[in-house]
Amino acid sequence: MGYQKRTKEQLAARIAQDIPDGAYVNLGIGMPTHVANHIPAGREVILHSENGILGMGPAPAEGQEDYDLINAGKQPVSLLAGGAFFHHADSFAMMRGGHLDICVLGAFQVSATGDLANWSTGEPGAIPAVGGAMDLAIGAKQTWVMMDLLTKKGESKVVERCTYPLTGIACVKRIYTELCTLACTPQGLRLIDAVEGLNHAELERLVGLPIAAA
Amino acid sequence: MIDKIAASIDEALQDVPDGATVMIGGFGTAGIPNELIEGLIRQGARDLTIVNNNAGNGDHGLAALLKTGRVRKVICSFPRQVDSHVFDELYRSGKLELELVPQGNLAERIRAAGAGIGAFFCPTAFGTELAKGKETREIGGRQYVLEYPIHAELALIKAEAGDRWGNLVYRMSARNFGPVMATAAKKTVATVHRIVELGELDPEAIVTPGIFVNKIVKIERVATKAGGFRKAA
Repeated sequence: MGYQKRTKEQLAARIAQDIPDGAYVNLGIGMPTHVANHIPAGREVILHSENGILGMGPAPAEGQEDYDLINAGKQPVSLLAGGAFFHHADSFAMMRGGHLDICVLGAFQVSATGDLANWSTGEPGAIPAVGGAMDLAIGAKQTWVMMDLLTKKGESKVVERCTYPLTGIACVKRIYTELCTLACTPQGLRLIDAVEGLNHAELERLVGLPIAAA
Repeated sequence: MIDKIAASIDEALQDVPDGATVMIGGFGTAGIPNELIEGLIRQGARDLTIVNNNAGNGDHGLAALLKTGRVRKVICSFPRQVDSHVFDELYRSGKLELELVPQGNLAERIRAAGAGIGAFFCPTAFGTELAKGKETREIGGRQYVLEYPIHAELALIKAEAGDRWGNLVYRMSARNFGPVMATAAKKTVATVHRIVELGELDPEAIVTPGIFVNKIVKIERVATKAGGFRKAA
């Protein structure tokens, strides 16, 4: 039986579909940034950037870049009408204080109960860097992960226990991947949806862990 | 009469002691006080501990300061960048100590120092390598890690405009660490692009009240990335 993987843009659109009107959202660097392009028309979603922006807008037109107005990935962005600037301690108070509704992060591994590993591969000699990952992971009301389910070698990145250094414990609520959407619960994984044609038994085989039915 | 306006960067930075902890504002291209970093290099203080979100890019600014060999330790959240080769080499050869701090803890530890807080419990990093060996406590069913403030002898920050009392306003995301660092250092020096008369800054909109600022120096707005100026069309 055949099934089609979600493309990166389809995955971004799948996540955007679950972001409700009025939500305050932080999109992590890299793949999660694409989610902004797929917010359904008519929904007002306020984007937060860790370096002190609420109401962040899209990249400016070429020639209009202002390097005092950048996102967490250091790329030029714009400010929507109603947007605000604030300092770093206030910005992280928004995260840690539980004021952000959703953050979407990339990951190296996520455990079935929601432990997240996304800041270090733990390789000897590598220079460590953490940025805002640990504050975001434990701070938002809901942390969602956007990642490929399988590595290039076909190994599942959803695991029983993370082998990479942890970013946070039991902080991930949902995992959005090219094949499925999973909920992380204290009891383990629960299916939210899978791509058409991918049956439950095959998905459990790919992940190598039990997945409760939707 | 209070007049915190310094005639030059060198005048504002003449008394930096060896062994000082120096906070440097900025995140990415925004709010980096490059002119003050160059002044610190000219001033020549050694054995410094630098607090910044990053650990220098390319060969200028903070990277140039690291290259002088006068920095003993860097406290930051994200040292690794595509062009952080100066830091990378010093760190790998053991010539530079690194204290890696989650970005929110970095901001809050600086804020705590400025607010006279002795320590605080924070949920960030609980159960991870970065909380190893630190005191923890369960409060209201949640796990927290004890974090201590970061104090400094000197804070170097970049603002948009200021007056002779030291009141400051910033520009867009160049604000970042400036306001909290200004509170946490014994001496804060800010560059501004505009010096205005007392009363010209809207009192409702002043971000850093002058009590936190010791010296301000006017610099030209440069049309470079770090200058935070729209590139010429």
